[in-house]
Amino acid sequence: MTDQHTAKAFDSDLQELGRLVAEMGGLAEKEIADSVDALARRDTDLAQRVAALDATIDSLQRQIEDKAVLTITRRQPMAVDLREIVAALRLANDLERIGDLAKNIAKRVIALNADFPPPALIRGVEHMTELVLAQLTAALDSFARRDVGKAMEVWRNDAEIDAVCTSVFRELLTYMMEDPRNISFCIHLLFCAKNIERMGDHATNIAETVHYMIEGRPIMDQRPKGDMTAAFSAPRRTA
Amino acid sequence: MNMSAAVPITVSASAPPPPAAQGTPREKITVRNLDFFYGTSRALKSISVPLYANRATAFIGPSGCGKSTLLRILNRMYDLYPNQRAAGEVTLDGQDILSPSQDLNLLRARVGMVFQKPTPFPMTIYENIAFGVRLYEKLGKGELDARVESALRRSALWDEVKDKLHASGLSLSGGQQQRLCIARTVAVQPEVILLDEPCSALDPISTAKIEELIDELRDDYTIVIVTHNMQQAARVSDYTAFMYLGELIEFGETPAMFTTPRDKRTQDYITGRFG
Repeated sequence: MTDQHTAKAFDSDLQELGRLVAEMGGLAEKEIADSVDALARRDTDLAQRVAALDATIDSLQRQIEDKAVLTITRRQPMAVDLREIVAALRLANDLERIGDLAKNIAKRVIALNADFPPPALIRGVEHMTELVLAQLTAALDSFARRDVGKAMEVWRNDAEIDAVCTSVFRELLTYMMEDPRNISFCIHLLFCAKNIERMGDHATNIAETVHYMIEGRPIMDQRPKGDMTAAFSAPRRTA
Repeated sequence: MNMSAAVPITVSASAPPPPAAQGTPREKITVRNLDFFYGTSRALKSISVPLYANRATAFIGPSGCGKSTLLRILNRMYDLYPNQRAAGEVTLDGQDILSPSQDLNLLRARVGMVFQKPTPFPMTIYENIAFGVRLYEKLGKGELDARVESALRRSALWDEVKDKLHASGLSLSGGQQQRLCIARTVAVQPEVILLDEPCSALDPISTAKIEELIDELRDDYTIVIVTHNMQQAARVSDYTAFMYLGELIEFGETPAMFTTPRDKRTQDYITGRFG
């Protein structure tokens, strides 16, 4: 909204909410990148720091909730203002979940200890992470700039992440079948991949919220889906 | 994420719909291409709006936008003043009420009005209500007593005044006086009740009581309310009309008007962004 409220303090309340969401978004992005970095570089120190960072994200979520509730109480917002506050609450929720998923990856890095998978296997996970980070950045951008076109782009792009996730699954499954000693770290990696895929889902949630905030109605189309991990249990035999 | 959770905010009110909500509501009053003039100044510009039976319709808009003017046309209050003139069409159950042959006393019995400031007559609580009834009907003492009691019950005032029906209406608090005025309006059994800022001089508790009352009255009457309190309009009405500078900018179902208004001027007004 470019137009200002007659009550200027209302504008600063909303700006403050937007700023808190942006700050939380920045931290979530950092947490994702660092957790996967820790995985690729076998850096348990970094993993510890990621796990510690999650508390800051949680506290930001509480700040956003307090600020939103106080603003609703004080201003009784209507129409686009109300949707903006509801959107901030939802975004805070999605970002908090993303933080938890990144923290879970960091914990797996710590649990893997010395038992690290070959770098080639991690490459798929890294590729997924790049895609998810790009999605999340674009989604947060669409919120900050009130850009519904960009939000729709994020919403449509999730299928690619799902497809990469499916191929990582297939790869890990093959590896486990080759040698049962691989199973332990492959399971961890499998969960990491699934965590990253879920982060992508939260990014599309954010895009849906931005659409609702701007347009006042949910997206009606069917979202393209590329996740086939539930569709198979073992690589198909090529007999 | 399943966004359907957001839908109820925009398409349906959280409160259950009134009993007659099924199907299309009936147009009790129809306003078509209505203009209104104070002398030569045009206060209303070609207003067209339906007012539905058993529904509450709220008129919102900044001061001077013509809300009260429109309300005053619906029971021909403006006839009391010279140099005020309406042009266009207003029908009540299909009958033109702007026609010179319209019986004004009968019209005002069918279309009751409650004003911004409580205006009890300087007489007893009982007489405040019985006075209007006697103008239109010849009732026996017992019937009149019953009518007064039922009007006071309908307006949620009975329990507070039943032991002092012969005290002066002016001895009541502001909120009680306003409910007395509503009882007075209800007692003559109108079909339409016009409320012009009925809560602006009341405290929150009295306001809540009147809003509760509007909710109940809707079952039997057509309610039209003018209010500056946007939250009140959102709470009590089924339909909302936004007026600005004598024009009707937007009319629609209340939940949609307050969550996703179509016109930018409506949005600016309800979100407090007006010039």
